[in-house]
Amino acid sequence: MSEAPFARRLLSVTAVEELGAYRVLRVADPDEGGRGSIPKPGQFAMLSAAEHWGAEEGQRPFLARALSIARHSEGESHFLLEDVGPGTKRLCELRAGDGVWALGPLGRGFTPPSEGRRAVLVGGGVGIAPLAILQDELAGSVTVLLGFRDRAHAQGAALLDGARVATDDGSTGHHGLVTELLAADLERDPEAVVYACGPSGMLEGVRALCAERDVPAQLALEAGMACGFGACFGCVVEKRGGGYLRVCVDGPVVDAGELERVSEPVGGAEFGGPA
Amino acid sequence: MSVELCGLQLAHPIVNGSGTFDAIAATRAFGDGLRSRFPFAAYVSKTITLEPRAGNPPSRLWEAPAGLINSIGLPNRGLHGYIAEDLPQLVGLTTTVGEGPDAKTWPVPVITNVMGSTAEELHALVEACEAHEEIAAIELNVSCPNVKTGLDIGADPVQLEAVVRAVRGATAKPLIVKLTPNTADVALCALGAQEGGADAVSLINTLRAMALAPTVNSEPPRRWLGGGTGGLSGPAIRPVALAQVAAVAARVSIPVIGMGGVQNATHARELMAVGARLVAVGTESFRDPSIGATIAREL
Repeated sequence: MSEAPFARRLLSVTAVEELGAYRVLRVADPDEGGRGSIPKPGQFAMLSAAEHWGAEEGQRPFLARALSIARHSEGESHFLLEDVGPGTKRLCELRAGDGVWALGPLGRGFTPPSEGRRAVLVGGGVGIAPLAILQDELAGSVTVLLGFRDRAHAQGAALLDGARVATDDGSTGHHGLVTELLAADLERDPEAVVYACGPSGMLEGVRALCAERDVPAQLALEAGMACGFGACFGCVVEKRGGGYLRVCVDGPVVDAGELERVSEPVGGAEFGGPA
Repeated sequence: MSVELCGLQLAHPIVNGSGTFDAIAATRAFGDGLRSRFPFAAYVSKTITLEPRAGNPPSRLWEAPAGLINSIGLPNRGLHGYIAEDLPQLVGLTTTVGEGPDAKTWPVPVITNVMGSTAEELHALVEACEAHEEIAAIELNVSCPNVKTGLDIGADPVQLEAVVRAVRGATAKPLIVKLTPNTADVALCALGAQEGGADAVSLINTLRAMALAPTVNSEPPRRWLGGGTGGLSGPAIRPVALAQVAAVAARVSIPVIGMGGVQNATHARELMAVGARLVAVGTESFRDPSIGATIAREL
């Protein structure tokens, strides 16, 4: 009896050949004769694929991911994706012809500005998504201020028209925070309503800035949510005066005044972390 | 496939697990039409406590392999808020079985789930429910630590029997005991509930579980869930549910409501095959709110 190495090992498929209705899988074993022993007739191996094994439907990603509708036209909804965990990774892998389950649209959206007030759209990273459909909806001129990590991410700004861009590393646009652009903008014309979506630090910056200047602000929040329709009570954020709001049904868009502050993220779309 | 539970005539055997479907919020999300094509044959409320609770601080969710760990902390309006504000909105839910001229509309009764940390608290809750005819049945959540022993009331058969006996006299409505799986012998607990006067038992509740936050570099480990630990649900626990439902159904003579990781009619049939009268769906409703209706149709 040939003894097997006491661990599973990562090997490489060298070829897959069609054989009628079957396929022949060839696997290279670089350790054969060393750690890998030479099999005897009648022995077998337990095989599993290195990728997408144990992470298929029903395992991880297991729950649906909450994603803003970035644009809607002619029966098509657009979503902006960034691979930040198992769910978004899988969604990023989708190709034309693949199926996708969708539940929605869900939640409370933005409210248009009252007469005479200018809309200022402030977005950060993948959080620019809901601002695009908002810009499509709003007639007249809007101000668009977007912040990104770097030049590569800043290419996302093309989703909106006429954006002024800030980057953390200064590789394009204003070198600094998008909230600095917002401060300067509101200095010039405070008769505005601010619509913001992005990371919690940015949203808290927007909230504080608007509160100081008494400018109304609507914040689109992100939270990991199991259901999206008020059942799981998992996606809560602290509200002003105590207690919690459910981001899915009380938001995702909330008036800034509903919050004491924008708290640290609780896992974003990929609640449960990246693994 | 109508079914009877403790005198309640139900359209079909599929109900929701407590705390996994909010009929009021769902109506906001999906419209009032949901009220007349409710996906479940009975509506089991979230757990109601005497006083209002805000629930646990976030994070409250962790996606586990083939499952979900939640640490929600039973947020609710409290007994008076529930009766004054929620209950009126839960009256009049209906569901329709069949199509065309064979279609039959059934009322969807409300089963109110209550939790107290002492027999006195539970008694007060049950007594209050007894006074409201809109409530068809009461489910006791006994997955709550005894303030003196720290042991979950439902984890100890002797204590459980005493608590059920203490509240039994407060209601003539069907009394369902939601058993905890976090115990040495769930069938003994079920027997305790039966001896105490329960009309039915439901199981399994979530399995106690924990998750650590992802760390970078050499950060010390930190618990992800605001509540420290949580409960695991979803397909990951289905084999455990099957074993526990089978063990309980073999020992008690009262009806059993089985649940745990049910995703389709096959899973529901399995639980019924080992003795469940009704089957509850929980986590799968998060992925598809209409799954209860789909399963009922397929049965």
